[in-house]
Amino acid sequence: MTDLSLIRNFAIIAHIDHGKSTLADRIIEYCGGLQSREMTEQVLDSMDIERERGITIKAQTVRLEYKAQDGKTYLLNLIDTPGHVDFTYEVSRSLASCEGSVLVVDATQGVEAQTLANVYLALDNNHEIVTALNKIDLPSADVARVKQQIEDVIGLDTSNAVEVSGKTGAGVEDLLEAVVKYLPAPTGEENAPTKALLIDSWYDSYLGVVILVRIKDGTLRKKQNIRLMSTGLDYVIDKIGVFTPKMKDVDVLHAGEVGFITASIKSVDDCKIGDTITDNRQPCADMLAGFKPSVSVVFCSIFPVDSSQYDALRDALAKLKLNDASIEYQPENSGALGLGFRCGFLGLLHMEIIQERIGREFDLDIITTAPSVAYKLYMTNGVEMTLDNPADMPDPSTIKLIEEPMVRATIMVPDEYLGSILKLCTERRGTQEDLTYVGNRAMVVYKIPLSEIVFDFYDRLKSISSGYASFNYELIGYAPADLVKVQILINEEPVDALAFLCNRTEAEARGRQICGRLKDLIPRHLFKIPLQASIGGRIVARETISPMRKDVTAKCYGGDVTRKRKLLDNQKKGKQRMRQFGKVEVPQSAFIEALRIGDN
Amino acid sequence: MHQPQEIAIYIHWPFCKSKCPYCDFYKKIDCNINQDIIITEYIDALRRYRQILPERIVKSVFFGGGTPSLIKPNNIAIVIDEIVRLWPITENIEISLEANPNTHYQTMFQDLKNAGINRLSLGVQALNEADLHFLGRTHSLATARLCLREITSVFDNHSADLIYARPHQITADWKNELEEICTYGLKHISLYQLTIEENTVFARKGVKSLDEEAAVQMYEMTRDFLAANGYYLYEVSNFAQKGYESKHNLTYWQGGDYIGIGPSAHGRICLNGAHYATEYPFIHTQLSPQERAEELLIMGLRLTNGINKADFKKICGLDMHDFVNEQKLNFLKESGLLAETPTHLFATRSGFLLLNQLVLELCS
Ligand SMILES: Nc1nc2c(ncn2[C@@H]2O[C@H](COP(=O)(O)OP(=O)(O)OP(=O)(O)O)[C@@H](O)[C@H]2O)c(=O)[nH]1
Ligand SMILES: C[S@@+](CC[C@H](N)C(=O)[O-])C[C@H]1O[C@@H](n2cnc3c(N)ncnc32)[C@H](O)[C@@H]1O
Ligand code: SF4
Ligand SMILES: [Mg+2]
Repeated sequence: MTDLSLIRNFAIIAHIDHGKSTLADRIIEYCGGLQSREMTEQVLDSMDIERERGITIKAQTVRLEYKAQDGKTYLLNLIDTPGHVDFTYEVSRSLASCEGSVLVVDATQGVEAQTLANVYLALDNNHEIVTALNKIDLPSADVARVKQQIEDVIGLDTSNAVEVSGKTGAGVEDLLEAVVKYLPAPTGEENAPTKALLIDSWYDSYLGVVILVRIKDGTLRKKQNIRLMSTGLDYVIDKIGVFTPKMKDVDVLHAGEVGFITASIKSVDDCKIGDTITDNRQPCADMLAGFKPSVSVVFCSIFPVDSSQYDALRDALAKLKLNDASIEYQPENSGALGLGFRCGFLGLLHMEIIQERIGREFDLDIITTAPSVAYKLYMTNGVEMTLDNPADMPDPSTIKLIEEPMVRATIMVPDEYLGSILKLCTERRGTQEDLTYVGNRAMVVYKIPLSEIVFDFYDRLKSISSGYASFNYELIGYAPADLVKVQILINEEPVDALAFLCNRTEAEARGRQICGRLKDLIPRHLFKIPLQASIGGRIVARETISPMRKDVTAKCYGGDVTRKRKLLDNQKKGKQRMRQFGKVEVPQSAFIEALRIGDN
Repeated sequence: MHQPQEIAIYIHWPFCKSKCPYCDFYKKIDCNINQDIIITEYIDALRRYRQILPERIVKSVFFGGGTPSLIKPNNIAIVIDEIVRLWPITENIEISLEANPNTHYQTMFQDLKNAGINRLSLGVQALNEADLHFLGRTHSLATARLCLREITSVFDNHSADLIYARPHQITADWKNELEEICTYGLKHISLYQLTIEENTVFARKGVKSLDEEAAVQMYEMTRDFLAANGYYLYEVSNFAQKGYESKHNLTYWQGGDYIGIGPSAHGRICLNGAHYATEYPFIHTQLSPQERAEELLIMGLRLTNGINKADFKKICGLDMHDFVNEQKLNFLKESGLLAETPTHLFATRSGFLLLNQLVLELCS
């Protein structure tokens, strides 16, 4: 067993794209966790979707051995975390399972909104922080300025900050020395009853459910009888090990260590993230505090295009939830779309990723409805309810008051773009709470309705600031809202999947935009198709798809029949991927495209 | 004794002098091929088919291409003579050949007639010099005109092909060509709207077909103009004087049996109640009654008379109303795109131009 003083558990945190995963590559290499031939760029970003998008979605843990300058070999547990605002919850969970953080700041960019947000999270978890100024290989790196900024904006002492390059590997040794020197060793009682934190769990197609644990007290070993305290269910550990980053079996995990176990756990619901694992013969007295549950901010419904695939969709969601506990879902029955699920997500990116994974990893064609936030409704009869699905909107005359969720948004931006950013925030019904300067960068704080920032705000922000603005938000409560439900009618029939809730002032413009897009997305039919947007029966926008005029083969003789029949077969298959509304067939892609938020 | 079943024979000649930029037919440039060897092979193939299909009576032969007018007339005679030797033929058998206009017209057509051809179809394609050039044709307008006069004097039954709805073509110009083509006294005229086929020079060059609305207008005008001149539309692109519809091509559209000789030639034959799709030389694929039924719809609705429901049942064994999507059928009838009589199902004038969609609806 390793002396606790020789263990360092730490997370790498930063603003998105500041180089956490790349720096983790260099650390792994330096410690010899992988041979150079086994290395790929951002080796910890193992999901296809992470590699394609170049971002980290899921935090990853690696155990490494580092021989420090003091001659001792330390056991390092490094957790690479995601930077995107949607995955803040993933970061906070990672932070709860370790004692220190390496704060990476891109020396060419400086402090950004998530730098700040993640530092606050680290401090909430009583972490010591080592600061690493990254990308010093780039000529535009300005270490002195960025250090000053860190002191001014965050108030962190930078005298011990290290300068590194995730690209060249420069400074990695200095960084590891700082980790060993300034980050605390874990505490824990090796001889106390077993007490371990369930950090994360996921489904592995070979091993089944794998659980990532942090041992607080005692030990976990192979064949041990364990209990998950929140459910009281007992299991026997089959396999126990660590990530180096490859899976490596060990016989025992000691207090202070991080590793994985498998225990023939069948059901998702049985592994609650944040649960306490103990020995069922000698249980610990009390449970760990665990995690606050994640809060879904965006909701949408997901239906299979082919209604016979409902069970397959349910299984897909269950499997995804095993790897990502923040997905929420419950069955929904829609008149037009049949059986599906109402789902909650941490943000729009999270929603898009899950939708994409359902298609890609489970080969399912799905229809998704317009995303929405959750509103609070106070009914005239005194009842209070939550509304996140346009299909559930009650008769407006029965509603006394609607409230919408509000956020505090923090935006950091070079001052030449400040004017347009302020304009954007005002357009989005924001009220300014603070405006401060650090050098030539402004930091503005706005109170804004969640519905105004959760969809396309980030894209708008990036495009009007040439990519230089960054932002972060936190939920702060509710405020009265003038909410309406907009129905989209195709050929005079309302289509549930396209209905959406929005502020009255935007209803017409969005209705017109969706009708305009549908006009291009729905293929022409044999008849004319009116497209309308309506609010409470009043038509506010209208378009028409003109009927098809000509589709006939000019020349068709004996030699063409086989080809024509095969073509017909393909067309029939194409039709099966369409969803029927009355007499109109709507391609699956039309739902996603029509509801895509943002400009055309 | 029951009547032997009729059969049509298609002879494919996949060679041309040059390739037209719109054409996606299987063909090769004719250089140094040994015609006699190919004809011997064709004769062998005919004999093989005779063994499979002894009890048939031949109602039509069609030499198509490619450019079958490149076949030497004595070879044409060899093929026709062999067919007549192998099977009985109907009294009014139709023996057609597709010819490209060319400068040997003074002797060629007479020689073809002597070889046994009794219907000649001429690939005129355009009746103005600029468009002949645009279509990559090697003949001149003058040659086309001379050939048209020649075939109408040599043969009793004749036809010409034109391609219209060319990019930028205007209705007035097309009407002039129509006026001219109606003056030759042809018994039959095929008028095809230009289709940009994949893997053709036109497709590669990005040639765009006429816009949809203009093409529709031109189609309707053409249909009325020809009717006023004694040619009635009996298939999407085919017009004839009464009684001069192509017997051979009607076989395709009405679901009759035919065999195809020559590279990429297809056939449809019914043997002991089973349907086969044939592809020259040896492939025979059995078709299910449903597949055959789909083909009958695809082909049959191309005729203005539409599908004879009794024939439909006789050929594929399925009742048409059981086969098609009845709900869609009713909707298409209500929408005025299809119409039905006790004996026939047919596309209306407005449905005719939407045939691909109508068939798709009926089959889904
Ligand atoms: N020149 C240079 N580029 C770097 C360095 N570190 C990272 N990058 C580049 O910066 C981009 C972002 O790197 P990542 O390691 O994916 O950043 P991340 O912080 O893990 O990003 P998220 O996980 O999405 O928050 C990539 O294109 C890297 O190649 C560095 O030290 N120097
Ligand atoms: C298979 S071609 C052979 C005829 C002969 N070789 C000739 O060129 O005259 C038969 C007819 O199909 C028509 N055709 C061929 N390709 C076409 C296209 N892309 N669009 C419209 N008609 C076409 C032409 O009118 C042509 O005469
Ligand atoms: S149109 Fe006729 S001549 Fe031209 S390439 Fe096609 S088959 Fe040959
Ligand atoms: Mg990353």
